[in-house]
Amino acid sequence: MENTSLAHHLLLAGLLFVLGLTGVLIRRNLLVVYMCLELMLAAATLALVAFSRFNRTMDGAVLVFFVITVAAAEVAVGLALIVALFRKRGTVQSDALTTLRD
Amino acid sequence: MPDGLFIFFAALTLGAALLLVLSRNAVTSAMGMILALVGVAAEFFLLDAYFLGVLQVLVYAGAVMVLFLFIIMLLDTEDAQGAYPWKTAALGLATFFLLAAGVLWLFHWSGAVSAVKAGATPPELSANPAEFVTAAKAFGRLLYTKYLLPLEIAGFLLLVALVGVVSLSKDNPENKA
Repeated sequence: MENTSLAHHLLLAGLLFVLGLTGVLIRRNLLVVYMCLELMLAAATLALVAFSRFNRTMDGAVLVFFVITVAAAEVAVGLALIVALFRKRGTVQSDALTTLRD
Repeated sequence: MPDGLFIFFAALTLGAALLLVLSRNAVTSAMGMILALVGVAAEFFLLDAYFLGVLQVLVYAGAVMVLFLFIIMLLDTEDAQGAYPWKTAALGLATFFLLAAGVLWLFHWSGAVSAVKAGATPPELSANPAEFVTAAKAFGRLLYTKYLLPLEIAGFLLLVALVGVVSLSKDNPENKA
């Protein structure tokens, strides 16, 4: 850890976030889109932990604790919604779900 | 140059995230996601946040991703065939390279971050020592004093999510029509 600066961690977090955002934009499978959303959350938590460590406080780390809690609840509800959608429409490809657009 | 372990886990995380975004098979995507989350957990360890690293592996890479894999295999969705439409591919590439260039510039060359705070090495922490037990203790103390109300709200949120999922996944006879 001697030569790893805050900027390195933020760089990694930023690149992870960009990858997640790209996935949300280009993927059509709702489950994969959802995983990319989770990746963006993980990138944000990495930035929070890095700031927390370099500022010598625990507050950012505690915020990450809450982010993980909320993300777990969110995943449960979101996956239940996707399963309900699949039951009703028989697909989870987002380009097949255009009822509101057409 | 940053630490060797940092570089290794950063490369692992980014490669796994790339696998998640690009793989045509949803199960392969989930495997990439697990690997990426484990990589993020390793970065937490390198940042001395041992409790959060363990939590990340247990909750995210463990419970949440098992749920994902379960649903992926339950729904058994067909993989999309053929190449991406050129519009989608162009949008994805443009988004990625524009934003990645922005991130690189902001955090690497603009010098904004190192000018703000502790450009070189993290100060050795006396208030956050390396022992795992002490770190978890610090969490407990903060959660039950300064962050008591958010903790209660998070617990209530989990209850609401539980009830919501049960009512969502219940077989509704009105939908059978």
